[in-house]
Amino acid sequence: MASTAARPHLWLLRASLRAQVAYRLSFALLTVTAALATFMDFLVIGAIFTHLPRLAGWSLPEIGLLYGIAGVAFGITDICVGALDAFPQIIRDGGFDVLLVRPVGTLYQVLAREFAMRRFGKVAQAGAILAYSIAHLHVTWSAPKVAMLASTLVTGPLIFGSVWVMAMTHVFWTVDTGEVANAFTYGGSFLTSYPINVFAGWLRDLLAFVIPMAFVAYYPVLLVLGRPDPVGLPSFTPLLTPAVAAGVVVLAAAVWRTGVRHYRGTGS
Amino acid sequence: MRLYWALACLGFRRHAAYRGATVAGVFTNTVWGFMIAYVNLALFSSQARVAGYDASDALTYVWLTQGMLMTVAVWYWVDIAQRVRTGDVATDFQRPVDFQGYWLAQDLGRAAYHALFRGIPPVLFASLVFRLRFPSHPVTWLWFLLSLCAAVCVSFSLRFLVNLSAFWIHDHRGVISITSFAFPFLSGLYGIPLAFLPPAVFRVLAVLPFASMGQAPMSVFLERPGTAGTMLLQVFWAAALLALGRLVLRAAERRLVIQGG
Repeated sequence: MASTAARPHLWLLRASLRAQVAYRLSFALLTVTAALATFMDFLVIGAIFTHLPRLAGWSLPEIGLLYGIAGVAFGITDICVGALDAFPQIIRDGGFDVLLVRPVGTLYQVLAREFAMRRFGKVAQAGAILAYSIAHLHVTWSAPKVAMLASTLVTGPLIFGSVWVMAMTHVFWTVDTGEVANAFTYGGSFLTSYPINVFAGWLRDLLAFVIPMAFVAYYPVLLVLGRPDPVGLPSFTPLLTPAVAAGVVVLAAAVWRTGVRHYRGTGS
Repeated sequence: MRLYWALACLGFRRHAAYRGATVAGVFTNTVWGFMIAYVNLALFSSQARVAGYDASDALTYVWLTQGMLMTVAVWYWVDIAQRVRTGDVATDFQRPVDFQGYWLAQDLGRAAYHALFRGIPPVLFASLVFRLRFPSHPVTWLWFLLSLCAAVCVSFSLRFLVNLSAFWIHDHRGVISITSFAFPFLSGLYGIPLAFLPPAVFRVLAVLPFASMGQAPMSVFLERPGTAGTMLLQVFWAAALLALGRLVLRAAERRLVIQGG
């Protein structure tokens, strides 16, 4: 029964994948671009480390671990919800009206417009840095640490994805300010690649806790490295990650629903 | 000449129409500016100078490049490629105006808008929070302005060339998106000064045309030694790439096949 219900979705997914590889050269270049775009962030980190041995007390493999977790999580998020970047366009040209009359959730329809496989390049690149960093870290691995690391594959994309949805929802009201979302999405991906004690107090509190980006990579990594939190939160904070992720998902769903209720169309 | 002036005004006004987008962009550039600024400050917490830059120089570099990002506009730009794909470019060729000049004039108008409304606000805001290093000689402002113009010309001619690839490649997205990420990085618009890269890499990148879009105007603004040489190199690249663009355009015109009749 469930498989019958899922079949149209699988068809759509397959059609979307086939369309994406239709232009082979472009697909290859777009995949490389996705990998390159985030790799340049790592080149910047690498360049910084040619001038000093530790950044804010963190070694290169330690920051690599942060960067790798954040990058993989962001890559997965980008594959799943990256289609949101086209959302302002959907609102502008009235396409959202069409979504409203279909018997499927609006958010799902916006996301299902494109599961961009080219963004797998991002996951692969960040995964390689993650593997490199794990190989160069001196960590005594234990079951809880492995579990923490593995759970970031789920909690990270949930947090990133929810923030992305919430950051985009304001477009229901303002239409042409979609770029604001970049500060939280791509900006969030940049922020989470660094230890949060690099940033000044107010910026850290805002981006790490109000928008709970610190739970994407930073707190899980603190547990893996067995470090105390320089910000001073208790040592069980990393264990709150799944609860934080669940919380922002619920919040994002509520925010999106509010947006849909206020949707009036652009009159075009 | 009047025609090109009108086209430039058109480019300016086209972007002025979206005020919300401008405010959103300034917000985003400012948030990024803060994040990159603190990463740079962390680098300077253990040493006073990096590659001849002190913390003030680096912060100035970070914030001015954030302001310049849209002006130099090395991001995803497909206006011409899109018209090649749809065949509209045939109409452009029939206009009694030089094709390259037509687009360059509009791009300069756009750049003027972005310099005023996307460039100045983040820098002003940052100067309230951080101690930035503004030029000590008033004439440096003039040199910086000229250097910025050259940067826009180099950026335009590179984007023009990449867009012309659409005459040969049916789906232009791949080529354009890879260049729109590579160009900012190679030009030094990506967070840290190009000079912070290993010296051997920096020496190569400094003479490539990309540096003319980011590191070069910043070197002028920060009054680094060798301003005259830097600016001459910029002018050389702008002229050479515009000329190359004309050559490629000639070849593209010869091969033009309008899809769908």
